[in-house]
Amino acid sequence: MNSLFPSIVSRSQSSGLMNFFVPIISIVLTLITGSIIFVLLGFDPIYALYTFFISPISSTYGISELFVKATPLALIAIGLSYCFKNNIYNIGAEGQLTMGAIFGGGIGIFFHDTNAFWLLPLMIFAGAIGGALWGLIPAILKTKFNTNEILTSLMLVYVALFILDYLVVGPWKDPFGYSFPKSRPFSESGRMPLLFDGLRVHFGLIITLFLIFVSWFIFSKTIFGFQLKVSGYSPKAARYAGFNQTTLVFFAFAICGAFAGIAGLAEVSGPIGLLYRDISPNYGFTAIIVAFLGRLHPIGIIFASLVIALTYLGAEDAQLFLQIPSAVGFIFQGLVLFYLLGAELLINYKLTYKKLL
Amino acid sequence: MNLDLIFGILQIVLIATTPLVFAGIGELVTEKSGVLNLGVEGMMLVGAVSAFIILVITGSYFLAFFVSILSGIIMSGLFAFLVLFLMSNQIATGLALTIFGIGLSSMLGKQYIGTPIDGLSPWFFVIFSFLIVFLVSYFFYKTKAGLILRAVGESHNSAHALGYSVIKIRFLSIIFGGSMCALAGSYISICYAPMWQEGMTAGRGWIALALVVFATWKPERVLIGAYIFGGVTILQMNLQALGLRFPGQFFSMAPYVATIIVLVLISSNKLRIKLSAPASLTIPFYKGR
Repeated sequence: MNSLFPSIVSRSQSSGLMNFFVPIISIVLTLITGSIIFVLLGFDPIYALYTFFISPISSTYGISELFVKATPLALIAIGLSYCFKNNIYNIGAEGQLTMGAIFGGGIGIFFHDTNAFWLLPLMIFAGAIGGALWGLIPAILKTKFNTNEILTSLMLVYVALFILDYLVVGPWKDPFGYSFPKSRPFSESGRMPLLFDGLRVHFGLIITLFLIFVSWFIFSKTIFGFQLKVSGYSPKAARYAGFNQTTLVFFAFAICGAFAGIAGLAEVSGPIGLLYRDISPNYGFTAIIVAFLGRLHPIGIIFASLVIALTYLGAEDAQLFLQIPSAVGFIFQGLVLFYLLGAELLINYKLTYKKLL
Repeated sequence: MNLDLIFGILQIVLIATTPLVFAGIGELVTEKSGVLNLGVEGMMLVGAVSAFIILVITGSYFLAFFVSILSGIIMSGLFAFLVLFLMSNQIATGLALTIFGIGLSSMLGKQYIGTPIDGLSPWFFVIFSFLIVFLVSYFFYKTKAGLILRAVGESHNSAHALGYSVIKIRFLSIIFGGSMCALAGSYISICYAPMWQEGMTAGRGWIALALVVFATWKPERVLIGAYIFGGVTILQMNLQALGLRFPGQFFSMAPYVATIIVLVLISSNKLRIKLSAPASLTIPFYKGR
């Protein structure tokens, strides 16, 4: 006879198979919970799930929108994996995104009547610098003053948002904007080129794919990637091997900040075209979920960014057709992460039924 | 400066700081048992919205606070289940709780934005916030149960070897933290504001987390820290209202910048942090059968 409840037994080696299946298990469980929520709200679950997850991507325009949303998510998430691999909890990517948009967008506003081939590259560069500088603040505070990076990076999100707010209602306000809190539009050459006519998917997608490829190379083929991984798994082993933790923290934060900054710039010079208050629907925070769901692996992050981007689109459609507040998207995102973290148990532990007799 | 003005400002500071004290002391108890819950902001928001909705529907303040605290227990219970029984990463799980809480609260509260209510006088809660800090301090340093809780936070293996149930003690500490966060939230939506607005806690949950570090995990110091932040917040509001020729956004940043500066000052003494932080903080407990 076996006991009723399974007991948790540690695995001698973490399971690679489970590493692959855990994200899928968590997505399936989220869909099941989602349909229960829809039933409780009084909707036909099949119709609601269809509205949420299928209908948004059943047109070319919808697919394009999916990529528009997935672009910043994937780019920030791959940047975050430099930090998370090393157990550095940078949760202020939203602030680094905002700073990137401010730096790059600032160049765009300054050259608003210039049309030249160098403008967009300069804006992208400035965006990366802005994000990296904002990311380096918690890195310096962590390494020099032993300050918890979770709290400082998060506080800097609020500071960055207030700076953006100050700029768009103050010095950078559009003089012809009827006192709306927004900047001048960027010139045509300060915009991300569109990949297809009539669709919003833009050149930022190419940049993202390129940086994901570069990151894959760094993670799997370079000493730096190896050092990140080792110091994440075992700080003691890393110290013994002589890896410089301070340098790793600096690089991780700078790269993550730069990627988030480029993502922010790609948003304002892509779909938006100018600076205003609400440039990001929490991409910087949601990318944390994408990074975990993608298991900090480049390929995983690509798929995870598409899944999470779909929750954004689904939430918009659900609001439009079912009159469900779009915040339901965040509920789905939270649920996915809950299930993922719970199911991670299966990677390092296994469930067994003890024999009672 | 006349006395009335000083007295008036003091009153506003007391009213504004109280939610920070509640959330801070709740998180402190959770962390003392060795668990870091980053879901404070999410639990505060759900607590705030559930209290508000129940008040609008039933008109009963008692029921509003009761249901709000219940919501805190459920939210933190969910967190406790994941980190204690499924041994999930505490930092990531706490973040998930906050994201989930932001979504849940704005979905539940959508139709209640702008609904007027009669606010409740805050003074009972202001006094209660002082009381709870001293009760927690007494519990930690004068009772056996408090000693056991601290022992679990310092070394769960030793506590387990002595026969104490690490999981049970941590579960209760997490639940206490959750209830306090929900209370902080309901205080904001019913006494302080009084209204409901999406994301109305505006980062107070994160400031509460910073308070625990500031307090170097000592209950009375949460009060000191909370009043510094409350004071800075009210000061910047008053300066903004004076209409100085200085952009308001830079005043609004002040509490967040102050948090960073204070954290840096406290943490730069590495030894102090190492000695005061619970040694088992964020380390999952696995019995190993």
